[in-house]
This record gives sequence, structure tokens and C-alpha cells, in this order.
Amino acid sequence: MTDLVALSLLATYSTMAVYTLSFILFTLDLASRADSDAGVKPTRWLRSAMALLILGWVLHGFATVTRGIAAGRVPWANMFEFGLTATFVLVGVFLGLQVWRDVRFVGSFVSGFALLALGIVTVNFYVDVVPLPPALQSYWLVIHVCVAVLGTGFFATAAAISAAQIFQEMHESGQVSGRNWAFLRAFPGATKLESLAYRINVIGFVFWTFTLVAGAIWAEKAWGRYWGWDTKEVWTFIIWILFAAYIHSRATRGWRGRSAAILSIVAFSAVIFNYTIVNIFFKGLHVYSGL
Amino acid sequence: MVSRSSSDDSGLELSASDRVAGQPADLASEISFDAPGAPTKDRNRGAVLNPRLGLGGTARFLWRLLTSMRTALILLVLLAVAAIPGSLVPQRSSDPNGVTQFKANNPELFDFYESLQLFDTYSSPWFSAIYLLLFVSLIGCILPRIAHHWSVLRQDPPDAPTSFARLEVNEVVPAPEGVDAALASAESTLRRARYRVVREGNTLRAERGYLRETGNLVFHVALVGILFTIGFAGGFGWSGQRIIVEGQAFTNQLSSYETFNPGRFFDEQSLEPYGVQLSTFTPEYQLDTVKNAWMPIDFTANVTVTEAGESREAVLKVNEPLSMGGSSMYLLGNGFAPVITVRDSAGTVVFSQPVVFLSQDANLTSVGVVKIPDGLTQQVGMKGFFYPTATELDSGALTSSNPNPDKPTVTFNVYTGDLGLDAGIPSNVFELNTDLMKQIAGNHTDVNVILGLGDSVELPGGLGSVEFSDLKRFIGVDIRHDPTQLGVGLSTAFAIGGLLISFSTRRRRVWVVGTAAPSGDTVRWGALSRSEDPGLSDSVHRLISTASDAGKVN
Repeated sequence: MTDLVALSLLATYSTMAVYTLSFILFTLDLASRADSDAGVKPTRWLRSAMALLILGWVLHGFATVTRGIAAGRVPWANMFEFGLTATFVLVGVFLGLQVWRDVRFVGSFVSGFALLALGIVTVNFYVDVVPLPPALQSYWLVIHVCVAVLGTGFFATAAAISAAQIFQEMHESGQVSGRNWAFLRAFPGATKLESLAYRINVIGFVFWTFTLVAGAIWAEKAWGRYWGWDTKEVWTFIIWILFAAYIHSRATRGWRGRSAAILSIVAFSAVIFNYTIVNIFFKGLHVYSGL
Repeated sequence: MVSRSSSDDSGLELSASDRVAGQPADLASEISFDAPGAPTKDRNRGAVLNPRLGLGGTARFLWRLLTSMRTALILLVLLAVAAIPGSLVPQRSSDPNGVTQFKANNPELFDFYESLQLFDTYSSPWFSAIYLLLFVSLIGCILPRIAHHWSVLRQDPPDAPTSFARLEVNEVVPAPEGVDAALASAESTLRRARYRVVREGNTLRAERGYLRETGNLVFHVALVGILFTIGFAGGFGWSGQRIIVEGQAFTNQLSSYETFNPGRFFDEQSLEPYGVQLSTFTPEYQLDTVKNAWMPIDFTANVTVTEAGESREAVLKVNEPLSMGGSSMYLLGNGFAPVITVRDSAGTVVFSQPVVFLSQDANLTSVGVVKIPDGLTQQVGMKGFFYPTATELDSGALTSSNPNPDKPTVTFNVYTGDLGLDAGIPSNVFELNTDLMKQIAGNHTDVNVILGLGDSVELPGGLGSVEFSDLKRFIGVDIRHDPTQLGVGLSTAFAIGGLLISFSTRRRRVWVVGTAAPSGDTVRWGALSRSEDPGLSDSVHRLISTASDAGKVN
């Protein structure tokens, strides 16, 4: 059992090493595309970066699964495990999206973000495998957290694309120019980025709706009411409302484009806030960080 | 067609493709919630140009302002922001102790916050105002859209635009079998692809994906359903809290509850008279060897439920509530209830019952109070600590090293004097006001009262004796009747269904125009999408080739 936990941790560190290499190559690709006259064409760095990211993701999956086996339950019962699984799903969402659209241009963000998040949770939030407290002993743990993780994965990717959209818009309108911004040539146009971010966020929104609903059903079972304005409930609600606003902003004149992109990023920041600050510093019923 | 389409896709989304759909730019980019058909901008312009609106005009202007998408959007963001303070400040509804503590720690800030209703954020008028405005705006938006969608559903697909040049798909294909055969083939192909098709002369008008707007409207109506259910059915709900000690029974009547929160329309007669007796409560703990801390891994209460004259055994656990008589019982807390026996100097029992001690930490160090107003020569009050596994610290103080009762110990500080019960003011059973009392035993006195299980100690001055006779456990339960659950559950199911259908449906329009010419007959295909739809071109080109192939076979 302890061996498995150690193995999982070893795989986590290996994952971080491989993600680091992948991140460097993704960045090299962007940098060299900024330099070359061809600009738009992906370089050989990109293919290696993707290969490494896939390798890292397999290791990441191994780390997540062994953690789950060692614990004898789903690997998302405390903050460390949630972070481990969420970053795994984030990279998985990014890789999966390639089948649908080429979004490799945000690879640098995704690999960098996954690396950073994984590093933070492993160094700061690590806890050993402990049995589940009675309040968490429910199949709703599987459903509720699983959809939350999936939603987070989509939101993260969309936020990255929204950020790219803002830069691209500034670039297209001539607000920024010069060599420092030349890497934006590797990105699709702002309108296309906006449409991409929107459609990914919509998927995230559906998952987040499920998170909210599954959480309410579970809260009714565990705490006797489906909604009680617990701090975590409040923040899940805030995030849902923010993404609802984002979706509506796309249908409102004066809000499309940059404002919508900012909303998308603000809403994702609320997701991160909910996971970090609310978990650690706010008082409430969701006291499962294990810290 | 152009004017009518202005409000079709608002709410959930409007796409870039609308902008190129041969519609005026203002209609495509400004989505209005109000009555479909009338060009929004013109109306607004009218309002701006004419400052004397009159009462009716002002009302209409305000209504349009409220039901505009921009206002809805601002209200949404405002609602999100307004929800934040409630997560920073303890709420009476979810954390009443936190509020009390806040008052003790920051008395001045407390008054300020209280004046802003920050301790009741989610029921405060300012928070309610935001979401009620939002819902009024929402209703004002969806009612006209329902009417509009209803009429669209019963109409034929719209006329073809005069020019196909700006459509996303604009393709001319030869019709070697003649215009008529080509159109017939196109019509059957479109029908198979679930388009609604109308043929008028040499023109086909086709549209599909009406479910997108249907789902959108169902979603928003369901949200209104959730609010109305909570607003109306919520008043019939109630909840109560009660502590039950092993061996004791609880009967579902108002007087049995320690605290009770009735809804506005609560009727005492609606409490169904069932009984629940706690037979045993069994917690299980495991030692986390890394943190050297005990973690609870299971709480199981075995109870006997008596309902309608019949008794049954049942198990109550966290995450596994019990349902009886239209209400549910939830296991929310537990602890120890040592049985304390007090005798007078002659040895006659004047008090003997389990006393609930509330736990203070993970190892269940607990505090409790015993009040004995009658039977002894003086009124006696005792403040006590209970340690399931008592361990002496270096300082000599006791602590509990384990939540299991390996070495259960009760200690008391004993006071005599006025318990303050005679004034008729209700007092908290867990608190002892010693202002009018004098300590006679316990800490800092000559007589220590430290009792292991079965131990007894004589109180000074021949007052009598105190005994720790037995150890029981108690559970804290919440009992609730929530009539909103069914309505909210159903509404939520509809909301999710509507959301999924709306997001997964593409609203597409296709026109096919046949032209007979001596140089060879042709048909021109044109298509546009009403939403974010990068798959439009591929999908329509597949339809074109299917129709052409079918035409050749014919």
C-alpha cells in the first residue's frame, strides 16, 4: 500500500519533469514561429512538444490511478488528489480537443499551467492516503467531483484561448506590435479564437451545471438540505452565474469580443479562487482539503 | 424574415454567422428581449429623440430597459458580486455560532455589518432585489419569445434572400435531369436530414433545429419554476433539531424539539406523530499515524421507528437519512452523555440522568452542565468536562488523547447559590451563569471532583455526593420537511434537458433555387446558420452531394 503511494508520487514528479520539457518545446515553437517568415506553419518543436505532453499525460494517468488504488477509492478526496486529477483531466481535455480542432497553439499555456498547478499541489497540499470521513462516504463523491474536474478542465483551456484572443485583438488593432508580439502570428484570428473559447466554455458550463446539481442532491443527503449558502456553495453559484453572464455577453452588443473574453478569464479565476482560497481560508462545510 | 429573426437566438447565444446572414448589422449584433419583429434600434432612437415620453411611455421605456439583454447581463454580474460578502461574513442561516463569535470579537463592526444585513445576505432586501429584478427581466424576455417561437413553429420556413452572395454556403450545381427532378431530390434529401421543407415554384425553403430555441426557452422557464417553487412551497416547510441519548425516544411533536424553524405557512397539525428511539450509536475511528490524529470513519445509529402503530428497526447514518411521515431525519452530530447521579446527605437520589456533553475537539473533550434546583439544601450547579480517554498533561491539566472511551473521566466545578431559574426566564441548558453562585468544589478548591466511571465523591459541607454512574452516547439530528424538493428537482431536470438540447442543436436554414437555361439546368444552394456553427458548410455540402447522387440514380 505504502509502496503504491510512493510509486504514485514518483510518477507525479516524473510527470512534472516531462511537462517541463513539453512546456519548453511549446514555447520554442511559438518563439521560432515568431522569427521565421513563414510564421504560421508549426515547427518541428511542436510535434515533439505534443509527443512529450502525451508521454507526460500517460505518466500522469499512472500516478492518478495508482493513488486511487492505494487509497481504495476515487483519487479526489482532498485538495492534493483533486489537483492531481484535475490537471490530468485538463491535459486530457486539451489532447482530446485536438481531435475536434487544432488548438495546439495554447499548448504552451496548458502544459505550463498543468506543471505549475501540479507542482503547487504536490509541494503545498500533499497529504497521505487517509480513510474517508463519513460525510464523504457516498457515490456522489464520484459524480459531483468528477464533473467538477471535467468542467474545470474545459474552463481552463477556454480561459487560455480567451487570453490569446485579447492579445490577438490588441495585435490586430495595432495596439501592440513589434517583435515581442510576433508569436501571435502562430495563433488564429481573434474572431476564431472567440468562437473556440465560447464553444469550449459552453461544454464547461454544462459540466458545471451538473456539478451544482449533483452537489445539491448530495448536500440534501448529507446535510439535510439541498442548498444552504455554505461558502463553497456560494462560490460554485458565483462561478455558474459568471459563466452564464459570459454566455449572454456573446449576444449583447458592446460585450462581444474583449469584454466577453475578460469575463471568461474572470470566471475561470473564480474557479481557481474557489479551489484555493475558499478551500483553505473560508469557513464552511466543505472542509476536505486534508490540510 | 429579417426582422423576425432578431430575437431568435438571444439568451443562450448569437453567433458571428448572423452578422453575415444578409441581415442588417444592428439587428444581428443587438439582441433585444422585447417583442420580436420590431427593430430595436429604431425604437431606442425614438425614445432618445423624444424626451417627453409621458407616463405610459416612461413605463414602456423602463420595461424595455429592464428586459434588455444588457440589463440582464449587468444583473447577472451584479448577482455574482453581491453573493461574495455572504461567503466572507458568517451567515445566521448556516453559521449562527460564527455570528455570535463575530459579535463578541468586533462589536462595532458588527453593528455596521448588521445595518447592511450582511449576516443575512441571502435573505436581505438588497440581495433579493437583484435576483427578483433579474427574474422579472427574464420573464419579460421569455414571454414574448415564447409567443414568437410558437408562431414560428407554425409557419413555413422563411423566404430566400434576394442575393445568396452573403450566405455562408452559396453553391451552384448542374441539374442534368432537369430542375424539377433536382428539386425533388433536394427536397427528399433535406427531409431525411430533418429539415422542414416548403416548395414554392422553383424554390425550396428549408429550416431545421427549432429545438434550439425550444430548449433555450424550456431552460429559462425551468429557472423561473425553481424560484416560484421555493417562493411558494418553501413556506410550508419546517426543520427542527433534537438530541437523542441512547435508550431515549423522540416523538415528532413541537415540544420535543430543542430548536424548531417553521416556514411561514407551517401548521402544527401537519407534524405526523411518529417516534424514533435510539438503541445504540456506534462510531468508528482510525488513527492517522502520520498526523497522529484520530479520524472518524463511520457513524452508525441503530434506531427503532414507530410509525402508525408499527415499529421497525432502522439504521441512520451520515449520507443515509431516514424518511418518516413526510419528513426526513439526518444524522448531523454526536457525542457522549455521562449518566450523573447526585444524592443528598441521606443518600437519597435527587438527580440521575444522562447529561449531554458537547464535544470541543477531535478527541471529544466535551463540556456539559448539571443544574439541580431542588432536593438539596441549596441550589447546586456544576460545570463539567468529559474526557473519553483522560491523559494528564505536564501542567497537570487533563486532556483527551483518544475519541474512544478508554478511560472515561468527568470533572466538575461545583457551585452553590442562585441558579437563576426561578425568574421564569428560559435559560440555556448548556450554560451556567455563576454570577450569583459560589464555587465549593473543583479547580482551585480543596475538593477535586475527578470521576472515573463508577466513581463517586462527597461534596463539602455535607451537601451530598456526585457519581459518574454510566456512560451513554447521544446523536444530534435534524428533522426536515421540505416540500420544495419535488418541484425544484423537476424544474432542474427540465433546465438541464433544455440546456443540453439547446446547446447540441444547430439551427440551419437552406434554400434551393432551380434555374432552367438552354446551356443546362442548374440549382443554386444557399445556407446560413443561426448560431455558432462551423460545421454548416460541411453538412450542407454533404446534403448537396447526396441530392445530386440521388438525382443521377433517378
